[in-house]
Amino acid sequence: MNRASLSSRSVQYGFLVLVAIAWYVLTERGNISRLFLPPPMDVINALTKLFQTASFWSAVLVTLTTVLKGFVIALVLGVLAGYLVTRSKLAIATIEPVISGLFTIPITLFFPMFILFFGVGTGSKVAYGATYAFFPIALNTIAAFSNMEQRYLLAAQSMGGSRWDVFRYVLMPGALPVLFTGLRIGFFICLASVLGGETISSVAGIGRNIALAAELMEPARMFAWILFVVCMSVTLNLLAYSFENKIRSR
Amino acid sequence: MTQVDSSNNDIAISIKNVTQRFGEEGSPESVLALDNISLDIPKGQFVCLLGPSGCGKSTLLNIVGGLFRPSSGSVTVDGRLVDGKPHPDKIAFVFQESTLFPWYTVIENFHIALKFQGIPRSEWDDRAMTALKAVGMASFARHYPDQLSVGMRQRVNMARGICVKTGILLMDEPFAALDEQTRMVLGEDLSQLLAETGKTIVFVTHSLAEAVFLSDRIAVFSARPGKIKTIIDVKTPHPRSPDFMLEPRFSELRNECYALLRDEIRATMALQRDPQAASA
Repeated sequence: MNRASLSSRSVQYGFLVLVAIAWYVLTERGNISRLFLPPPMDVINALTKLFQTASFWSAVLVTLTTVLKGFVIALVLGVLAGYLVTRSKLAIATIEPVISGLFTIPITLFFPMFILFFGVGTGSKVAYGATYAFFPIALNTIAAFSNMEQRYLLAAQSMGGSRWDVFRYVLMPGALPVLFTGLRIGFFICLASVLGGETISSVAGIGRNIALAAELMEPARMFAWILFVVCMSVTLNLLAYSFENKIRSR
Repeated sequence: MTQVDSSNNDIAISIKNVTQRFGEEGSPESVLALDNISLDIPKGQFVCLLGPSGCGKSTLLNIVGGLFRPSSGSVTVDGRLVDGKPHPDKIAFVFQESTLFPWYTVIENFHIALKFQGIPRSEWDDRAMTALKAVGMASFARHYPDQLSVGMRQRVNMARGICVKTGILLMDEPFAALDEQTRMVLGEDLSQLLAETGKTIVFVTHSLAEAVFLSDRIAVFSARPGKIKTIIDVKTPHPRSPDFMLEPRFSELRNECYALLRDEIRATMALQRDPQAASA
């Protein structure tokens, strides 16, 4: 790690420490109601208690499998649709604006509809997450394959590469970095949608537990769940980034 | 132009009555890019296609390389009809801009070219390193193209065209993006290479000095529609040293080319000012 990234890291960690200290000072010394913001130690204690329950792990499992199902559906449909669109210039010109236009609609509006179609179980969350994640994945796939410079394709063709060769060794590696960015964005949108959907209406999962803790006026428990989700997302994001950097630097 | 039997063993490339029209004939957008071009290129000759920009010289090169089929006419390479398909066993392309794949290292770029051409894997490293040595880039085999300067990239790009060992090398303004010094050095390298390997090279350029320095024959193109206006022979043998540029013959030929092109460039400019003049 070089000096510049080291110092920016220390600023980032310093900020986290500051937030934690502010949290501690506000709750211990300030006169903020414990119902709004419990002290950090209460939250940590609630989290350790949660870890010891079987219901915690089953909730995590429900949410993660829901996210994974939604993401896989979005990945397959998004990459396929995106790739097919790039096979024709006309399709790119007509369909790409439609997809990016649809992506600006708050799909949350359709959440009640998903409940209506797929019930309050995980099915509606899978559909909701998949729908949301489809857009960034499809759009990035279109960008990845349509921005491929013609000269690379001509060069590959002149070297005698078959259609499959050109796809496998030129189109694919050229598109991969942008494509992967789309997958990363899609995954986290899917995660956020599933969690959001669970807090609105569900019978199980992390989001359901957060909503329940809030309803039962158990802020320490609620923040414990939130803290867990934050740590999980940050870890997953770091993993995705390091994988992405590996692809880029290859 | 005299009729030459396409089975003639000394002819590497035979271009016969090639016409290229873009757009429907008769429609206002229709452009006649190449008008009835015929040219025979003997084996081992270095031929430059020289002309004002937009005269269709790159189009002709792409047709010879089989990247697309002409509206009419035909091209045969070693007696084989090109017919709009690349013939990678006979022809290698070196393009205008660096077409090294940025996601592969230099050596991997060679591997891909050799793989596409169907060369056995055991020969890849040998061929790649030989070609890299020929352009003085052997120590950069593990670098990514982004880590090289423009001049170095173009050297590697040229070497990639050489490593496949085709008899014919088509080069589309390969030095256009380079500064003049690098251009001259690479030109010398190319002249050396030609003397060593006996390749047939077709080279598109709009640089007069480059054309005279490198060519055995210069095909001077007229402005749109592209036609071969004159063919100039440069009889100095390869490899050529920079001293060739100091000879009076060099400037004579250069001036001759310039005089030929001058009218064409004026005609092009007039056309750009008043597009109606063309149809009138």
